[in-house]
Amino acid sequence: MLFHLAILITLLSLLAFGGANAIVPELHRQVVDVMGAMSDADFTNLFALAQTAPGPNVLILPLVGWRLAGAAGLAVATAATVVPTSTLALLTGRILSRAGESRFLKALRAGLVPLAIGLILASGFVLARAADRDALSVAITVLGAFALVLSRINPIWLMAAAAAAGVAGRLMSP
Amino acid sequence: MVSELPAKHESRSGRAEPRVTHTALFLAFLKMGLLGFGGVAPWVRQVIVEERRWMDDREFASLLGLSQVLPGANTTNTAVLLGDRFLGISGAAAAVFGLMAMPLAIAVALVELYGAVSDNPYVAAAIAGAGAGAAGLVIGTGLKIARNLKLSPRIILATLVTFVAVGILRLPLLWVLLCVIPLTVGAAWLDRNS
Repeated sequence: MLFHLAILITLLSLLAFGGANAIVPELHRQVVDVMGAMSDADFTNLFALAQTAPGPNVLILPLVGWRLAGAAGLAVATAATVVPTSTLALLTGRILSRAGESRFLKALRAGLVPLAIGLILASGFVLARAADRDALSVAITVLGAFALVLSRINPIWLMAAAAAAGVAGRLMSP
Repeated sequence: MVSELPAKHESRSGRAEPRVTHTALFLAFLKMGLLGFGGVAPWVRQVIVEERRWMDDREFASLLGLSQVLPGANTTNTAVLLGDRFLGISGAAAAVFGLMAMPLAIAVALVELYGAVSDNPYVAAAIAGAGAGAAGLVIGTGLKIARNLKLSPRIILATLVTFVAVGILRLPLLWVLLCVIPLTVGAAWLDRNS
């Protein structure tokens, strides 16, 4: 079980371009349909929790390990999630920084800037589409974005205000 | 090997390399992991660029772009690249360990407590509000980097194409990367030559 889990998660994490959302369908197929290791509802709950908890959304992979094999599963799944992709990132970073300062590499480095901004805006937009179910949540998202851009306020206060606004909206609704 | 990286970095940015310790890396990423409800990216920029001043927005955006192109969570990739740049492999390990420690502990606790808290409508409302706020922070972070960089029209166009392809059309990321990277690198190449 642990060995199978390590192989599965290593392969999936190396295919997780753009984070865990890219591989959730395949993880679901493997764990629920192929291995029959947990129910559909169990998997959906784990996914919701991985989204709710702080931290990167690849947390779904260690959580599957925890649910299937306890502490040992958590340790194996966490290592399989982090070590292979980190090794790849480390090697890529070193190759790029050792390759010097040719014009092509300068353009490559500069070309990553619009990619980074475009992808972070896209991920914010996708998150907003999922989170914004009514006028209040749309307002929270828009105000949060503006407050971050226009002020130097620590984002922790914006998050606290957003959670408080959610509770206030619930209290005022009939 | 590693020691030559800061020298290059210094010549590129024209300012002294910040002094970074293993403890500082661990604590900085611990904070990002702990605060990163609904997405760690806003906190990565907040802590690295605004609080610790380890790099400016341009270097950060380039590092983030590389992290997003690589498979895996882009925050763990950012932790690896930043940690390795300052302190080699042990620095990368300190950063990744700091990033993952709290989220893992909290997520496991949530799995075990799930039934106890998820039925409470006020907890659910607070989580929904925080989720909406987190989405706003992610969007705001992208806008903030864009504003601070004074982008050329070509680069703005490349940014918009990336955003529309992934955010609105929801095209598979791998294919978008293969098509968009030549475009963004080409735009940067033309900017340097014009």
